[in-house]
Amino acid sequence: MHPAFSVVFFTTATGAGYGLLALLGLLGGFGAIPADFWLGLIGMSLALGLIAAGLLSSTGHLGRPERAWRAFSQWRSSWLSREGVASVATFIPACLFGIGWVFLGKSGGWATVAGLMAAAGAVVTVCTTGMIYASLKPIAQWHSRYTLPAYLIFAAMTGSVLANALLQAFKLGSTAMLIWALLATLVGWGWKLATWRHNDHLKIPTTANTATGLAGGTVRSIEWPHTEENYLLKEMGFRIARKHSAKLRRVTQALAFAVPAVLLVTVFFVPWRLGAIASVLAAIAQLTGMLVERWLFFAEATHTVTLYYGRE
Amino acid sequence: MTCLPPRTEKKLGLVIDLDTCVGCQACVTACKEWNTGGHMAPLTDIDPYGGHVDGVWFNRVHSYEHTTELGGRTVNFPRSCLHCEQPACVTVCPTGASYKRASDGIVLVDEDKCIGCKLCSWACPYGAREFDTDVGVMKKCTLCVDRIYNDNLAEEDRVPACVAACPTSARHFGDLGDPASAISQLVEERGGVALMPELGYKPTNRYLPPRARSERAAKVNAPALEPIKAEGGFLGWIDRMLSN
Repeated sequence: MHPAFSVVFFTTATGAGYGLLALLGLLGGFGAIPADFWLGLIGMSLALGLIAAGLLSSTGHLGRPERAWRAFSQWRSSWLSREGVASVATFIPACLFGIGWVFLGKSGGWATVAGLMAAAGAVVTVCTTGMIYASLKPIAQWHSRYTLPAYLIFAAMTGSVLANALLQAFKLGSTAMLIWALLATLVGWGWKLATWRHNDHLKIPTTANTATGLAGGTVRSIEWPHTEENYLLKEMGFRIARKHSAKLRRVTQALAFAVPAVLLVTVFFVPWRLGAIASVLAAIAQLTGMLVERWLFFAEATHTVTLYYGRE
Repeated sequence: MTCLPPRTEKKLGLVIDLDTCVGCQACVTACKEWNTGGHMAPLTDIDPYGGHVDGVWFNRVHSYEHTTELGGRTVNFPRSCLHCEQPACVTVCPTGASYKRASDGIVLVDEDKCIGCKLCSWACPYGAREFDTDVGVMKKCTLCVDRIYNDNLAEEDRVPACVAACPTSARHFGDLGDPASAISQLVEERGGVALMPELGYKPTNRYLPPRARSERAAKVNAPALEPIKAEGGFLGWIDRMLSN
């Protein structure tokens, strides 16, 4: 599948944004982190800014972005429509929580309810994003039980590492938050490795035989219907060389998981100022690594239509 | 509405005979010619006379070599929308632009509602949908909905353009939901198959597999070519002169 940058950025940014929003909503709502004005303002701006930037970026993928409002209508059948509805609906409790927690310094009462609802909305929205991909049967690497948990785990992971960086920067870091961010990173790493392992051993029942209805033997493409690349090949026929794929998987592992994990561990042992820098660097490295991960998520996915063009 | 009708009154579709298709591309050009002025018009061509031609087509003919223990054969394979009973291209559509008609089962796109998110083309395993980069919307086969019900055409012309154009009658059009229809009988008789049935899209169109090899074909043992024998007389003299 063609890795369109608008979609790669969209899923990565909104994942991190919703992860951070959910954590702030829960921790702030229950008073686990103090209602500090600047922490709240920067934290909520970061969360909602990542979400808004991601959503805006996703409209860059559209052929007719001026009609994007129509995408809210088919939530009965379409995960993409559900994502649109859930993402916009989540802004309501998120903004209420932001007003209460940041501007009124409230943590309790309606601010807690709003925080909880914002967190729930964030989880639901990330689920709908994951389901857009997990529901696509022609793409075996996506239509798997690994896809939906991956979106949830990576949103929680990037959100936690961001939240930790934020708290550390405001000298409000806690060992619990640090351990949580570290654990989330390790779980994310494990899940990604398991997913790659699963995809590398994938047995796809759909073959050139079932695609053409020609039973038995081998079906070899001897002539394409066209001499130049068409939409199908540009969009669905994107191929990444195995050696680049292997290299990018190493880059992903280093940037998204290994470097942040090491940086987060050092935070335990260094004074605050260095710890804060390490925490922020961990978040930056992880988000960069997740962009590579998401690029690979598309680039390594194969669509059944390529069977018609003789691609294994 | 992108929710699917529980059932459709008819299941209009195509049956394509892989035994008789000669890969002449007549259906491809007839489709393009009709539809670039039809319901989904235009079928934009980008850089049509340049080095990187690209454009929207509803029908593409592939050629395959199918090799079994009985030997190999060339199979020409037209590929277009199968007007599935469970078209995920419709249900994934966020705007309601894609829909399946309850009356005849045809899957269509309302160009005025399409936002060009391309998700439907990802959801189609058959590559039936092509994005028009110029107009910014998705396009697909309409089963020539503007021909098959068109009172301005003679009755025999009320079939999809690809069917009308096929010189070997490899393409058939009709109601696959009616077991008594000629097209359903043909599928029954020839063992027509659905493509990628394992994915559960329940395509309406059927493909008739190539017939078994026939032993009735004439075995022509043409004599091997032999060098011309040296002749005598005038021609022999010319031959000897030219050979020197």
